[in-house]
Amino acid sequence: MKSVIGIGVIAWCLGYCVMGGLAAEAQMNVPPSSQLEQALVDLSSETEGTRDQAVRLLIEQGDAALLPRLEELRANADRSLRMAIKPVADAWRHRMNLASPDADTRRSAATDLGTSGRPAAIPWLEAAAVNESHRWVRYAMEESALLLHLASDNPTVKQQAASKLGDMRSQNAVPALKELVQAGSEATASEPQKTLAQAATIAIERIESWNVWSSAIETLFRGISLSSILLIMSLGLAIVFGLMGVINMAHGELMMIGAYATFVIQECFKLYFPESWFDSYYLAALPASFLAAALFGLILEATVIRFLYGRPLETMLATWGVSLILIQGARMYFGDLTAITAPSWLNGGAQVLVGVFLPFNRLFIIGLSILSVIGIYALLFRSSIGLRVRAVTQNRSMSACLGIPTRKVDAYTFAFGSGLAGIAGWALTLVGNVEPGLGQNYIVDSFMVVVTGGVGKLAGTIIASLGIGGLNKLMEPSLGAVYGKVLILVLVILFLQRRPSGLFAVKGRHAEG
Amino acid sequence: MNEQNAHGDDTKISTITDEHLPSRRDFLRQSSRTAAGIGIAAILGNLGTWALSLGADNEPIKVGVLHSLSGTMAISEVSLKDVVSMAVQEINAKGGVLGRQLKLVVVDPASNWDLFAEKAKQLLVQEKVAVVFGCWTSVSRKSVLPIFEEHNGLLFYPVQYEGEECSKNVFYTGAAVNQQAVPAVEYLMSKEGGGYKKFYLLGTDYVYPKTTNKILRAMLLAKKVPAANIMEEYTPFHHQDYQTIVGKIKKFAAGGGACVISTINGDSNVPFYKEFANQGLRAEDAPIMAFSVAEDELRGMDKTALVGHLAAWNYYQSVDTPQNKQFVANFKAYCKKNNLPDGDKRVTDDPIEAAYFGVHVWKQAVEKAGTTEVNAVRKAVYGQKFLAPGGEIMMDEANHHTHKPVLIGEIMKDGQIKVVWRSKGLVKPEPWSEYTNPEKGCDWVQHQGTYKKA
Repeated sequence: MKSVIGIGVIAWCLGYCVMGGLAAEAQMNVPPSSQLEQALVDLSSETEGTRDQAVRLLIEQGDAALLPRLEELRANADRSLRMAIKPVADAWRHRMNLASPDADTRRSAATDLGTSGRPAAIPWLEAAAVNESHRWVRYAMEESALLLHLASDNPTVKQQAASKLGDMRSQNAVPALKELVQAGSEATASEPQKTLAQAATIAIERIESWNVWSSAIETLFRGISLSSILLIMSLGLAIVFGLMGVINMAHGELMMIGAYATFVIQECFKLYFPESWFDSYYLAALPASFLAAALFGLILEATVIRFLYGRPLETMLATWGVSLILIQGARMYFGDLTAITAPSWLNGGAQVLVGVFLPFNRLFIIGLSILSVIGIYALLFRSSIGLRVRAVTQNRSMSACLGIPTRKVDAYTFAFGSGLAGIAGWALTLVGNVEPGLGQNYIVDSFMVVVTGGVGKLAGTIIASLGIGGLNKLMEPSLGAVYGKVLILVLVILFLQRRPSGLFAVKGRHAEG
Repeated sequence: MNEQNAHGDDTKISTITDEHLPSRRDFLRQSSRTAAGIGIAAILGNLGTWALSLGADNEPIKVGVLHSLSGTMAISEVSLKDVVSMAVQEINAKGGVLGRQLKLVVVDPASNWDLFAEKAKQLLVQEKVAVVFGCWTSVSRKSVLPIFEEHNGLLFYPVQYEGEECSKNVFYTGAAVNQQAVPAVEYLMSKEGGGYKKFYLLGTDYVYPKTTNKILRAMLLAKKVPAANIMEEYTPFHHQDYQTIVGKIKKFAAGGGACVISTINGDSNVPFYKEFANQGLRAEDAPIMAFSVAEDELRGMDKTALVGHLAAWNYYQSVDTPQNKQFVANFKAYCKKNNLPDGDKRVTDDPIEAAYFGVHVWKQAVEKAGTTEVNAVRKAVYGQKFLAPGGEIMMDEANHHTHKPVLIGEIMKDGQIKVVWRSKGLVKPEPWSEYTNPEKGCDWVQHQGTYKKA
């Protein structure tokens, strides 16, 4: 209870400090305070009419300064009183929040006022929109004000609001506009209703046609986003499987190690560093997850895989065993208390157009996958280490003759591929959860991408992930998630029937059996 | 070691199969030895049964626990094993049941449905347990059902489920659909709950979400919600990419009045809630009402994306009753004392509570019946009342389900759930929903299980 009053008092202070302008305006036409007092008393009235009137009066003339009084009432209120208090308190709070320094809070307040159906909020919204600097918050404020206008009794106001909403391509207005169309199409419709319906129809058409565009843009973005996730998962595999020919079934678990490394770093930051540093844990976790997975890959190569080079079936079984051990090990050691809190700068998203909203975490992963591809190309084709890796891949014995330490190159390449899996795990904590089975969810998709793209070709992996991700998102809206996935698998099978060695087959002298 | 054995066997066999055949004397000697051996064994055996019949009163009663301790379901089911052990320990500390101590027999079906059937058989046939507490997923319950029916076992099943089942050998202490999903949707439709008009039914692709949504759709249509305002969508298990679905929800929710009814299971929840928040949707635009997210699952999630969304259960850790405070404290203390993972950071939730009071209901029934014999205990369970942590519950007089209160809660930042609405009194369980199977009923007293209503 105390804390509730505390919040109320803070809210009151905010109300005074932040919204000086609004408060001053409210003060100019202060109603006799006795009227508000009476309304507060009337809230508890038994008759519904009196109560509704009190609610209206309080919303129109009261302000957040009275919130503590409401809280007081609420403390020993019965259900009907609490229900009566809620809209009043909500309206005041939203009004106050319209002047909040945080853009998201302002936008939320505007949206909520728009759906509240209280015409009293129109002047607040219009006043706030004039001073608003943030484009999309202003949009929300204007939209909400128009939505409230749309519910007014005056047909000309309604008509203007309808056409303006059409101009704004407001998705939120569609249900209300459809109701107007409905009302206009009825036989008993009056003349103003019919003209209104016409205006509404035009507005809906404009909104719907924009909708097609925004959906197309969003679908494209989703396709790219899924592709980038597929790509970042498959890059490590493309190196390990593609270049070295090792079927590593524990690759998914290397991702899991990367994800758990991120979790460990996060916990360390919670324990040992000041809270203000917390958001930077995520950057610190990048090298940690790469190194943890790479180190583990090195150990795995030295203890299991090096004895099985050239024996893919045995490698597959052995690494699968390793993956089971790792999964159960993670389950036993970490249990299920593994929540990763994304850093605040990766929460939420950016609105770029009406109805097109791009989440930051997805943008981040897209950027990361592009950087990874550039990094890998630079390493493989612009450095001496890369030269050796390619040499060993193309002709092991010749490279050995020329003095390249093939054993070492194998170990480093494997560790590098594993480290990439660690980075994938690090990135995936942004969209999914961290749990022992994490790798299992992705390993099949990764293999699918690498095989479709053509084993041993990085470009193939990139094109294949773009194709699979894009197709998946293109089909999902109409087919649903389950059948979308089924169809993708069918398409991949058909494709591999036509081209067994994938998109980019290795040809010529290097295409040894 | 092995080699030695083999060698020893070899020599033994050679003495018999050697060219040299046993003489008459040898034969007599051997057969008399065998006879004496059998005789002694028989006497010992008789002594044994006699001793057993004498000592039967103090022989512990075996109680089976059939929860996955490894594999994908372990995350949820281990807590149930823990709470059942705690309840058994409590009962033993107070002198046991009928003057006999309880002895736990814990098996691990490892999240594997075939293994569930195998382990259930082991518990019933080999261990001859008096009762089994177990199962979480519907498929595991379905796979042990024939075994319990064949061997007349007794299973207490503690998790909310899709209904449409009425087994003589199972007591359902979790909620039926009319005790969780239906009231939750009714709440959302009510003025108090926000008066929502559009419903997006989203679930994982398996039997519980599909049946629940079938019932909900029938109910919504019966309540005059136009079919255009109901969307239904399923995702595969472990689905991670919710971009398209959240995009659809956004379009669906435009203009307000929409809510999401989620029966998403397990590890898909985190990606879903994260995507939901990241695409700019808030709980105020479209609240997500979840039937599979409880405190124990919230423990392992980043809660920021879930705050303000809703859940529907019959119990929360935050329920304010003296017996619940005691229960929560006991559970934490138990986990800490026994060095279970996470110790006193553990939380209680609905299935944990249902598993807990299931043990006590069984105990009361055994005491009423005066025996652990299944048929007698079953009759004694009917109408049994127990002051559970969340308030008093009652076993139904005939349909093997439990009368429970329904609580709608809001998810808080600390992973707890605050009650925002509660049903008046207890809600009567309906294994067959009035919306999809109005003609069917479940009754083991007047009828033989599922019957056709007149």
